[in-house]
Amino acid sequence: MCLAIPGKVISLQPSSDKTNIPGKVSFGGILREVNFCFLPEAGIGDYVLVHVGVALSKVDEKEAMETLNYLQEMGELDELDSEQEKL
Amino acid sequence: MKYLSEYRDANLVDALLRKIKRTVTRQWNIMEVCGGQTHGLVRHGILEMLPEKVQMIHGPGCPVCVTPVSLIDKAVELCLHQDVILCSYGDMLRVPGTEMSLQQARAKGGDVKILYSPLEAVEIARKNPRREVVFFAVGFETTAPANALSVVRAKQLQLSNYSILSAHVLVPPAMEAIMNDEETQVSGFLAAGHVCTVMGLREYEPLVEKWKVPVVVTGFEPVDLLEGILMVVTQLEKGEYRLENQYKRVVNSDGNRSAVGLIGQVFEYRERDWRGIGEIPSSGLFVKDEFRDFDAMAKYQLTVRPDQTDTECLSGDVMKGKIKPPECPHFGETCTPEHPLGAPMVSSEGACAAYYQYSMKS
Repeated sequence: MCLAIPGKVISLQPSSDKTNIPGKVSFGGILREVNFCFLPEAGIGDYVLVHVGVALSKVDEKEAMETLNYLQEMGELDELDSEQEKL
Repeated sequence: MKYLSEYRDANLVDALLRKIKRTVTRQWNIMEVCGGQTHGLVRHGILEMLPEKVQMIHGPGCPVCVTPVSLIDKAVELCLHQDVILCSYGDMLRVPGTEMSLQQARAKGGDVKILYSPLEAVEIARKNPRREVVFFAVGFETTAPANALSVVRAKQLQLSNYSILSAHVLVPPAMEAIMNDEETQVSGFLAAGHVCTVMGLREYEPLVEKWKVPVVVTGFEPVDLLEGILMVVTQLEKGEYRLENQYKRVVNSDGNRSAVGLIGQVFEYRERDWRGIGEIPSSGLFVKDEFRDFDAMAKYQLTVRPDQTDTECLSGDVMKGKIKPPECPHFGETCTPEHPLGAPMVSSEGACAAYYQYSMKS
């Protein structure tokens, strides 16, 4: 039920209606109508997390890269450690 | 696809598993609260790859599973006897009620529609002014903003034929109830990432302090789950307890304030009965009086009594983490997705469904 997946914002319609800011999001090429009323700051090209038709949060690219880089480094260091242990 | 495949990377998974193995020296039991995470752990074979000293306990984070039988009975009654268009997320359809499921009600002529979003139900109400439309609003905090939004939109559109049957439940009171259980073996939690996307992190601070238990807000992909587990065991091994956020790319500490604001506008917190578990204080969202025209409970004068305990289904023990699904004598025998005894066998977040789907094949 709490399944929410990241997709890329393709279009946003200007709207004065605070409860309905329509836009389109691509999930690996499949387009869906999404309401951006909880995420008016989103822009075209952003990756956003969508759940049951509403966008809930922007995916933070900087945080994502930092985590992946950190894990990559941890993996490499760990490999070094275990090889040194074998010696 | 961006932000998905990177978190399924085999090298990172291996590195994290090695690091977890090198970190743990003692037995730890970690509960993943969310059923979506349970499915991730089982589907990707992570439970078998973890060292024996790390046991995952599957939590109650399946809103469909904890929806009381009596509420399903009300939904069945609405579509069979009140000529209502009953709209629901697909997960709810096969969950057994006292006499029948919504799927069986549909076979008997009930007008049941499976929808992706409650906003679609508002559209159905707008296009069918002569029919009553009820949305079965099941879910945790992640789903609450969309369900609250459907009520506000219906009011704005001056629809008098739309209401919701709220079965909303909240995560932190359930975690509190688990820690309060004298038999609990939980030594740390993976908290549900998407719930925190909406609510933020603050609600978990008191839980961490009171029970001296590590809580790590975690995502759903294999790399996320393993990093979350590593963060919990690292704390446990050092004798620490803190609230940490593994899922920073999506969750910020404040959550989504406008979504939280709308939840507070439409709903209030009250005691809620959880199927298989019992009543938990302040654990449910109920439609506020000022929106009573959009509350199916008020509109159809429904009353809900606490459920009688299921005699056969052991879902309560499964959801409290006391047994694993295959330890239930009915699992895969008298209880299957085609003929379920309880909700965890048919919900896409149910622990029994996860084990049945991914382990029975192997």
